[in-house]
Amino acid sequence: MPLPADPHPAFATYAHPDRLVTADWLSGNIGRPGLTIVESDEDVLLYDTGHIPGAVKIDWHTDLNDPHVRDYIDGAQFAALMDRKGISRDDTVVIYGDKSNWWAAYALWVFTLFGHPDVRLLDGGRDLWITNGRDTTLDVPSKQTTGYPVVERNDAPIRAFKNDVLAILGKEPLIDVRSPQEYTGERTHMPDYPEEGALRGGHIPTARSIPWAKAVDDSGRFRSRAELDELYGFISPDDKAVAYCRIGERSSHTWFVLTHLIGLPAVRNYDGSWTEWGNAVRVPVAVGEEPGSAPGSA
Amino acid sequence: MTVPGPMPEALAEVVSDFADVQGQDKLALLLEFANELPPLPATLEEAAMEPVPECQSPLFLHVDAGDREHVRLYFSAPAEAPTTRGFAAILAAGLDGLPAAEILAVPDDFYADLGLAKLISPLRLRGMSAMLTRIKRRLREAA
Repeated sequence: MPLPADPHPAFATYAHPDRLVTADWLSGNIGRPGLTIVESDEDVLLYDTGHIPGAVKIDWHTDLNDPHVRDYIDGAQFAALMDRKGISRDDTVVIYGDKSNWWAAYALWVFTLFGHPDVRLLDGGRDLWITNGRDTTLDVPSKQTTGYPVVERNDAPIRAFKNDVLAILGKEPLIDVRSPQEYTGERTHMPDYPEEGALRGGHIPTARSIPWAKAVDDSGRFRSRAELDELYGFISPDDKAVAYCRIGERSSHTWFVLTHLIGLPAVRNYDGSWTEWGNAVRVPVAVGEEPGSAPGSA
Repeated sequence: MTVPGPMPEALAEVVSDFADVQGQDKLALLLEFANELPPLPATLEEAAMEPVPECQSPLFLHVDAGDREHVRLYFSAPAEAPTTRGFAAILAAGLDGLPAAEILAVPDDFYADLGLAKLISPLRLRGMSAMLTRIKRRLREAA
């Protein structure tokens, strides 16, 4: 049984207000049967320095990715992971993490590939919880479960591959959520991630530059519906927009905003992102501040 | 060009500590290192507060090569970046106080021997190599 949604008025205007919870709501529901809290961070050690009481850790690299192929785990591996973490198919899962919920949004998106019905984000993520001085613990839950069903991943509705992106160039909106320097081609990597570069700098032609962080305020909480509508107003409900970044984590954050807060029904995340596109042979690349045009359309 | 030399004894000891543990215990050990990163001396605290332009990296690094036979390394990284703290602490434990020539001779890929690659995204792990590169660059500039 899913837990009731957080009725916080700040969420009321979002398309799917039941996909977000406040720290107050979470505090009040810790320990409630049917709720699992998941921490998913970029920093692999952070969970072990203290986490929300009852939270389990899911690591984007070692838990959600296949160890060999650049792909996500399969249905059997996901079921085994859920059993190991004590998560049932009908649990309400609330995910939070560091870096303004980048990896939490990424984990939520992967949960969605497997169709986990009720998965939500903690607005403001780990940083806000810690800043507010809320409770943390070093205790790691030992609860395990059995019987999470093996559900095969359904990539098509929310995941785009390189060929999908090539096919929609010039026809559907593309959103580049990286930093402006990465977009223009001045940098081939994030300012602090020198080893995650690409052989070519720039962006996918026609992509608009809307850095992910524009969707949150200084505390890491999502901006209001009106502000988000203005920011992404160029996308119409009929569009099949695709968001990308470098490896798909920042664009998961934007995917969450477009899908659950604005309610656009057909947004996909291109997780190959720039570490695939910027290394691929003979794909079109635009440099500079202008989106550029699709090949053949100029 | 410095030819890679043998690993300094203190660094070899750290590498061997990591080699002795497996799986999640390696992460626990890295966290121990993170927690033991020595605090900055008061004289450097102010400099560490200054943001580095064009760089949001949480790592503050100061290399004191005034005495090239006894190079001092100072690191600081925030509590919310324990992996960065852990990497810094490994270099502090393994290289602080050594002669510049020995630090310059440390193999750039020594971190591969820590066996963390399966636990930490290999791309992130190379952040440690970037730290060592920064230290070596400062030593060459100061020469």
